[in-house]
Amino acid sequence: MKSAVLVFPGINRERDMARALKLISGQEPAMVWHAETALPAGTDLVVVPGGFSYGDYLRCGAIAARAPIMDAVRDYASKGGLVLGVCNGFQILCESGLLPGVLMRNAGLKFICHDVHLRVERSDTPFTRGYNAGQVIRVPVAHGEGNYEADEETIRRLEGEGRVLYRYCSPEGVVDERHNINGAAQSIAGIVNNGGNVLGMMPHPENHVEDIMGCTDGRGLFAGLVQHLEKAA
Amino acid sequence: MKARVTVTLKSGILDPQGKAIEGALKSLGVDGVASVRQGKVFDIELAGSDRAKAEAALKDAADRLLANTVIENYAIEMKS
Repeated sequence: MKSAVLVFPGINRERDMARALKLISGQEPAMVWHAETALPAGTDLVVVPGGFSYGDYLRCGAIAARAPIMDAVRDYASKGGLVLGVCNGFQILCESGLLPGVLMRNAGLKFICHDVHLRVERSDTPFTRGYNAGQVIRVPVAHGEGNYEADEETIRRLEGEGRVLYRYCSPEGVVDERHNINGAAQSIAGIVNNGGNVLGMMPHPENHVEDIMGCTDGRGLFAGLVQHLEKAA
Repeated sequence: MKARVTVTLKSGILDPQGKAIEGALKSLGVDGVASVRQGKVFDIELAGSDRAKAEAALKDAADRLLANTVIENYAIEMKS
């Protein structure tokens, strides 16, 4: 799997992401600076990592979403290319119009930094095929603006089309308001675009991929992508 | 030429920051505060003197960057 990790000023999770990608796919990802206008030829996966691009100035992800490289990412995504955005990356994808909706301030106003449980809603997508539908995984979150909101029509469409792939839940997989850490609509932690090839999620699967991290539940996401691409090849 | 662009949250969009400010004002004992919604103000200086062109540029700026029109409204005010 040839992956490309985008690098914006203020991003700080790009090396975690690169490490996880190398570990699971066996291939070193290309690090692509935001001022570039093209992605490396033959890119199988574009990753927009987490962090605080441009210090979260204006709105989280707003300035990064208008960077030159994002035109290339839009073009790549429109042709069906796989794009994964994590945390600030999810915010950037929403701001760039690649995903609908917006990440608002957490309902409780606090920055949340701890492990959460996610329910994998379906397993028949490139981003979830490493898991079983209904499986509960444990991954960390670290965000102040992760409260996913969209207009009613958009939420209805996301739900109707099965585009919510990850939801905040209890360790047993129960989705309720108590485990909806940031107040997101429908406990949404991760969604895909209408083509199913662009995923945005607030939690950090790349931080649970090695035993030394205390948990390896995040591996499935990357392993699933590798499998998907091998099958497609 | 100078202009001010004001960006506010659309009505119906939850504003936890506004709520926190509202709570703080109430705990300060400021009388008669019913509710608070917070927003952003951009003071922008424009080169040139073509007013229509300036307004078009500001609208472009607001649509493409200053406001996220999914959740925010904006107002443009020419100051001179």
